[in-house]
Amino acid sequence: MHSIEKLLRERILVLDGAMGTMLQRYQFTEEDFRGERFKDFHKSVKGNNDLLSLTQPQTIAEVHKKYFEAGADIVETNTFSGTTIAMADYDMQDLVYELNFESAKIAKQVAEEYTAKEPHKPRFVAGALGPTNKTASLSPDVNDPGFRAISFEELRIAYKQQAEALIDGGADLLLVETIFDTLNAKAALFAIEEIKEERNLDIPIMVSGTITDASGRTLSGQTAEAFLISISHIPLLSVGFNCALGAKQLTPHLEAVSSRTNLAISAYPNAGLPNAFGEYDESPEQMGKQIEEYLQKNLVNIIGGCCGTTPPHIKAITEVAAKFSPRPLPKIEAVI
Amino acid sequence: MENEKRYLKLSGLEPLVITPESNFINVGERTNVAGSRKFLRLIKEENFEEALTIARHQVEGGAQIIDINMDDGLIDGKEAMVKFLNLVVAEPDISRVPIMIDSSKWEIIEAGLQVVQGKCVVNSISLKEGETEFLRQAKLIKRYGAAVIIMAFDEVGQADNYERRIEIAKRSYDILVNKVHFPPEDIIFDLNIFPVATGMDEHKRNAIDFIEATRWVRENLPHCSVSGGVSNVSFSFRGNDVVREAMHSVFLYHAIQAGMNMGIVNPTMLEVYDDIPKDLLERVEDVMLDRRDDATERLLDFAETVKGTREEKKVDLSWREEPLQDRITRALVKGIDAYILEDIEEARQAVAKPIEVIEGHLMIGMNVVGDLFGSGKMFLPQVVKSARVMKKAVAYLLPYIEAEKDHVSSSNGKILMATVKGDVHDIGKNIVSVVLACNNYEIIDLGVMVPPEKIIDTAKEENVDVIGLSGLITPSLDEMVFLAKEMQRQNFKVPLLIGGATTSKAHTAVKIDPEYGQTVVHVNDASRAVTVVGDLLQKERKDAYKIKLKEEYKIFREGFSKRQRVKEYLSIEEARKNKFKIDWKASEIVKPKQLGIQLIENLDLEILKEYIDWTPFFRSWELHGRFPDILKDGVVGKQASELFEDAQQLLQKIISEKLLKAKGIFGLFEANTINNDDIELYFPPLSREVSEEKRGIFRTLRQQSKKAEGRPNIALADFIAPKDSGLKDYIGCFCVSAGFGTQELAAKFEKEHDDYNSIMVKALADRLAEAFAEYLHKEVRTKHWGYAANENLSNEELIAETYKGIRPAPGYPACPDHLEKKTIWEVLQVNENIGVTLTESLAMWPAASVSGYYFGNPEARYFGLGKISEDQVADFAQRKNISLTEATQWLQPNIAE
Repeated sequence: MHSIEKLLRERILVLDGAMGTMLQRYQFTEEDFRGERFKDFHKSVKGNNDLLSLTQPQTIAEVHKKYFEAGADIVETNTFSGTTIAMADYDMQDLVYELNFESAKIAKQVAEEYTAKEPHKPRFVAGALGPTNKTASLSPDVNDPGFRAISFEELRIAYKQQAEALIDGGADLLLVETIFDTLNAKAALFAIEEIKEERNLDIPIMVSGTITDASGRTLSGQTAEAFLISISHIPLLSVGFNCALGAKQLTPHLEAVSSRTNLAISAYPNAGLPNAFGEYDESPEQMGKQIEEYLQKNLVNIIGGCCGTTPPHIKAITEVAAKFSPRPLPKIEAVI
Repeated sequence: MENEKRYLKLSGLEPLVITPESNFINVGERTNVAGSRKFLRLIKEENFEEALTIARHQVEGGAQIIDINMDDGLIDGKEAMVKFLNLVVAEPDISRVPIMIDSSKWEIIEAGLQVVQGKCVVNSISLKEGETEFLRQAKLIKRYGAAVIIMAFDEVGQADNYERRIEIAKRSYDILVNKVHFPPEDIIFDLNIFPVATGMDEHKRNAIDFIEATRWVRENLPHCSVSGGVSNVSFSFRGNDVVREAMHSVFLYHAIQAGMNMGIVNPTMLEVYDDIPKDLLERVEDVMLDRRDDATERLLDFAETVKGTREEKKVDLSWREEPLQDRITRALVKGIDAYILEDIEEARQAVAKPIEVIEGHLMIGMNVVGDLFGSGKMFLPQVVKSARVMKKAVAYLLPYIEAEKDHVSSSNGKILMATVKGDVHDIGKNIVSVVLACNNYEIIDLGVMVPPEKIIDTAKEENVDVIGLSGLITPSLDEMVFLAKEMQRQNFKVPLLIGGATTSKAHTAVKIDPEYGQTVVHVNDASRAVTVVGDLLQKERKDAYKIKLKEEYKIFREGFSKRQRVKEYLSIEEARKNKFKIDWKASEIVKPKQLGIQLIENLDLEILKEYIDWTPFFRSWELHGRFPDILKDGVVGKQASELFEDAQQLLQKIISEKLLKAKGIFGLFEANTINNDDIELYFPPLSREVSEEKRGIFRTLRQQSKKAEGRPNIALADFIAPKDSGLKDYIGCFCVSAGFGTQELAAKFEKEHDDYNSIMVKALADRLAEAFAEYLHKEVRTKHWGYAANENLSNEELIAETYKGIRPAPGYPACPDHLEKKTIWEVLQVNENIGVTLTESLAMWPAASVSGYYFGNPEARYFGLGKISEDQVADFAQRKNISLTEATQWLQPNIAE
């Protein structure tokens, strides 16, 4: 029994907010991204946020701190694009293990610091496995619907490498997130199951899909319930949704899964819908209010923020979450 | 939490949860090379396109799971499986159901599992190759997240009696549940359905053993399912469909009772159990249940007598036997016009005066329609079809009524409808007219572009009870205000209805209502129009209702102006300082492959079909939901599907008979931004009849509301490199129309009293024009300009505007002023080249037209201008060299109070 599973039955846990939004504020230049180590790298690396775990580790630690300070129980590692597949854009496939290992290590250090300071509120690190930039069940070529830019096998290998590095670096749990295409997520889950078997270890897994539009489907076309069914074959800590929608728009989809599973439910929506410039402008108060509605409806166990959310958002969420008891979960015996 | 019951849950794009209450789950097997000769041939010929249609037909025909099998000696099964599945997955109307991956080869099964996102069923594995292999496969299936069919087969062979079936089922189940921890609800047993009545004694118990074993499995192996291929059982009666169909139903009847909950059944080869003749039923049951020794012989003898005595199914016309009023009501409710004239004639002969048919028979029927519509049991397209029947009936009666010369209007009221001056859009107005006419209001429809004096004069002459005004473009809002003032001045008393896409309750309350002392109501859908008009004309309650409306709009207005004051605006100078900044040095500017103007005459409409965004089409018929999901919608799905089918038919007719013409023109030019907000474009020397000196200027408007820190005040001009950057940049503009011929075609339908198709033609023309704009934009991006040569986007992605670059249209949020259309018309000589003209309100004619700009910069994006301040209006007037009054008039809807 992991302590996080016990905690989930006691209170609503808070996940951190956006890493990207916070990093934007530092306005790092190409040179900052490169740091000393990559100053002569042959390709522009500006925008490779995952790389900052190596070149600006103190900043990454600082963002984690801010979120813990705001009340988060769990922070996500800075590894959204940490697969050989996504890193190919920067020719940095060889760095994948190191990026994930270091990212997990940084987050773990900060988490331990806070756990020591506040032993009644242990902090956790979720190793984040992003969707990659390719989809296994959609063709990028409209004239060739049968074409696939990536295979299950390639995804499985890439995710396996990422997950191993995250575990080695100290991640307490794994979070397969921002799932556009359920098949990608299934490859990640397949890889994680292999690791669990090979290493004989049991690490809690969170799964978080993304409903991309108002029709309530993932990018690959599944309804929330079909998505839930498609990933329920693996023992999970939680299932839920993040990104693409604001808290308000996410409600019906959370309701759809919440009523159909005994797994914990997670949600980390964006700060509203993007405005005309692709920016998110829902204030912490507004978002807190929306989140309160989830809690009144008893929909969630883990709650946090995605694009556009900041420590004040997480603080607002933490305050609201403290007022409610978590969505009831089955007795622990039933889980084991 | 009512969840996590141990039900078999599968998924395609949509869930399939099989509960004890579920009906028998039908698995489609036509996409099986062993089950369908046609499918086998198509796969061999690599004709995957047509093979897909087989899959689609199965799903449309009600298959809840589709079985896909590529096991054939002459096919590379693994490759064919992956290729076909990849194609199936790309078709949402097929892949909404779960897939059964069917093969006897593990490598094919695994390859299939790797390409399907949903939870599949593997068909099948068994203990045939021993426990080790069984364990290995089961573990992988679990990890891939699929359910599994277990064949009753082991190292010894296939189970062919009751004991062997339960022995193998039990052993398989125990291994799966205890060793692999396979979820028991994901286990499905195929207990082998073998033929009966073969003449061999050892086959006698084939059916009954299966049924009994099924019962045992469902009782003793918790949560699992039982499946099987049903047609096997009747194998010995091939060629005698009457007997086979009866055998299938009898077998299923008993097997389902025993617990068989899914299987492969050809639905066309199934008789309804209760409809099987008694004597046949008895003989079939004797065989199935092994009730007598001579059962087979008796059935064989009987089979000879029933061979091929099937009756043809006929269209049910029994309603034609019903009383006259019922027939007329039914014709109206169902929109059937085939018999209406003979029924009306019968009615006419039965009454004293022909008018009584309208007031009696037809109104009784239309009241039923109205009630059904009002209570949400009928939908708009059906009502419009009802109206078509009504109109035909009335047209038939009119000569008789006029001959009597005493016809007194007995309508509920007279309503004048008009699309205001300068505006050409009338789909919504026509729908409201039709629906009101169905409710027995007399409609005087003045059409489109109706000058205010004509509305006023007609209203007086005809002594109308209500005036309804409609408009789609923003200048129409001012027209409506003008009319309200005029009605006030001339002391009108009748209520004024306001409707159309650009209108809103806010505009009505704030701008129109205060100008007219009588009632003004904003009505934006047809069903509401009926209630509102009803209340406005209801003798006893109308005054109270009018007072209530006036009060409601007053409160709304006050609330609105309170909210308005909160916004802060920058001066235009400050806003310019906070423009959207593009790093021009770094920005990638692509030079168009072809500069200059190009004309597209008579584009083949077939090309546009696939670019159609259907969602707005349904919206125009007041059916709300996204296409294609709307076709399956629980509430409006049936209607939407019917409407869609009618639309497809008409569209096909339009395309094949070339009833509409599509023309377009576009140009790509060198351009630079000057003075912050203006875009100067230079005609290339290539352009026809235009001297090299010629310059055109697009004036853009800049957002002025105060933004949060770091957010720009954006104008379209920001997306083009400024002249002082020294860089050459580019802009495009276009106008497309699919409206040529719409008017004539609609008029033809109207003449035939067919409002349904008249509205349909216009709605389709609008869709085609939008599709044309989408298509042309893509051609420009990928070919003519070519900055996105490698782009590959689906129609859904196009609709979602995921492409690079934008095509904003004057009159829409990024550039809400219509005036710039004039510039586009000048630059492209639109009128001269393709014949699309601008009305005085700058609406395009034909109405089904789209015009706009092309911006190619990757950072260009759609935005909403929002409200602007007076200083920008003055500045705009000066730049454009028009009077402040004129500028104010055009920009009115966007000027902050």
